[in-house]
Amino acid sequence: MDVNEALLKYCLRLGDDAMILGHRLSELCSKGPYLEEDIALTNISLDLFGQTRMMYTTAGEIEGKGRTEDDFAYKRLEPEFQNVLLVEQPNGNFGNTVARQMIFSVFYYHLFKELQTSSNEKLAAFAAKSLKETTYHMRHSCEWIVRLGDGTEESHWKIQDALNDIWSYRHELFEKDEVDETLIEAGLIPDTVTFKAAFEATIQDVLDRATIEELEEGWKATGGRKGHHSEYLGHILPIFQSIPRTYPESKW
Amino acid sequence: MSADNQFPQWEVFIQSKTGLPYKHVGNVHAADGELALQNARDLYTRRQEGTSIWVLPTDQIVASNPDDSDAFFDPAEDKIYRAATYYTMPKGAKHI
Repeated sequence: MDVNEALLKYCLRLGDDAMILGHRLSELCSKGPYLEEDIALTNISLDLFGQTRMMYTTAGEIEGKGRTEDDFAYKRLEPEFQNVLLVEQPNGNFGNTVARQMIFSVFYYHLFKELQTSSNEKLAAFAAKSLKETTYHMRHSCEWIVRLGDGTEESHWKIQDALNDIWSYRHELFEKDEVDETLIEAGLIPDTVTFKAAFEATIQDVLDRATIEELEEGWKATGGRKGHHSEYLGHILPIFQSIPRTYPESKW
Repeated sequence: MSADNQFPQWEVFIQSKTGLPYKHVGNVHAADGELALQNARDLYTRRQEGTSIWVLPTDQIVASNPDDSDAFFDPAEDKIYRAATYYTMPKGAKHI
């Protein structure tokens, strides 16, 4: 695989991860557990859509066929999306939402820290900007996990369950295929293995503070990077894409 | 949430620039100080309103009682000599 093709796919994957999670969080708009948290979650959603736009726009430039950010968001089908399965999982209860967010934010926090020194200027600038946002998303979700875990008996078992349920989805974030290997070899992206221990240490620290017992190891989520999705993405896209597909030329 | 199962209330103060006084901007509900700070950040600094935030538990504020207004504030009414404008500028004073 040549570097340009790998770069295009990599940008789309980062964009897809951010967009699908951004959409999930946007579903909570006006449905947050209370006013302040409603705004906090939709703020995170907006940050993720900002990141999506940067990645899709960059992807369009790399591809050079005139596709825009909207084309990537609205005119691709389910198998063309290569987001990890983690981000399409349902919001569930508030514990499920913050558990999913913590794993995502801690991973991307460590990725962006490395990626901001990429020799590719676009990726480096994207990572530097996104790192600031992600640092806050991480703090927000981690502090909630501590409070839920070390809160009431009910909040403890709910967050323990939520973390057990989502924990197996982390594996996919560290997967490597031809796209990653081409870019690692070209020195454009970090090898995720270099920060896996740091990722685990960050999470373990939160779990300890939250008095969460050791998380259950089960299956390993996989497939998203190949376009094989869980049952959920097929329900997200028709809602997300309905307006531009119904009125293809409309502007708003 | 109904009124009686809300998290405690915190008052939010924002400093728009270093060196300027903190201004009261409103309040938030939160379980503790760290979350109050995060909520304040999310609610009140989305449009670059500030560079620093204070949050204080609302119940820690000691407020004057409106019933005390007569004794507290009215006596200042006729002390106009306490305002700088009461005094005429001395002739020749340039740097006041």
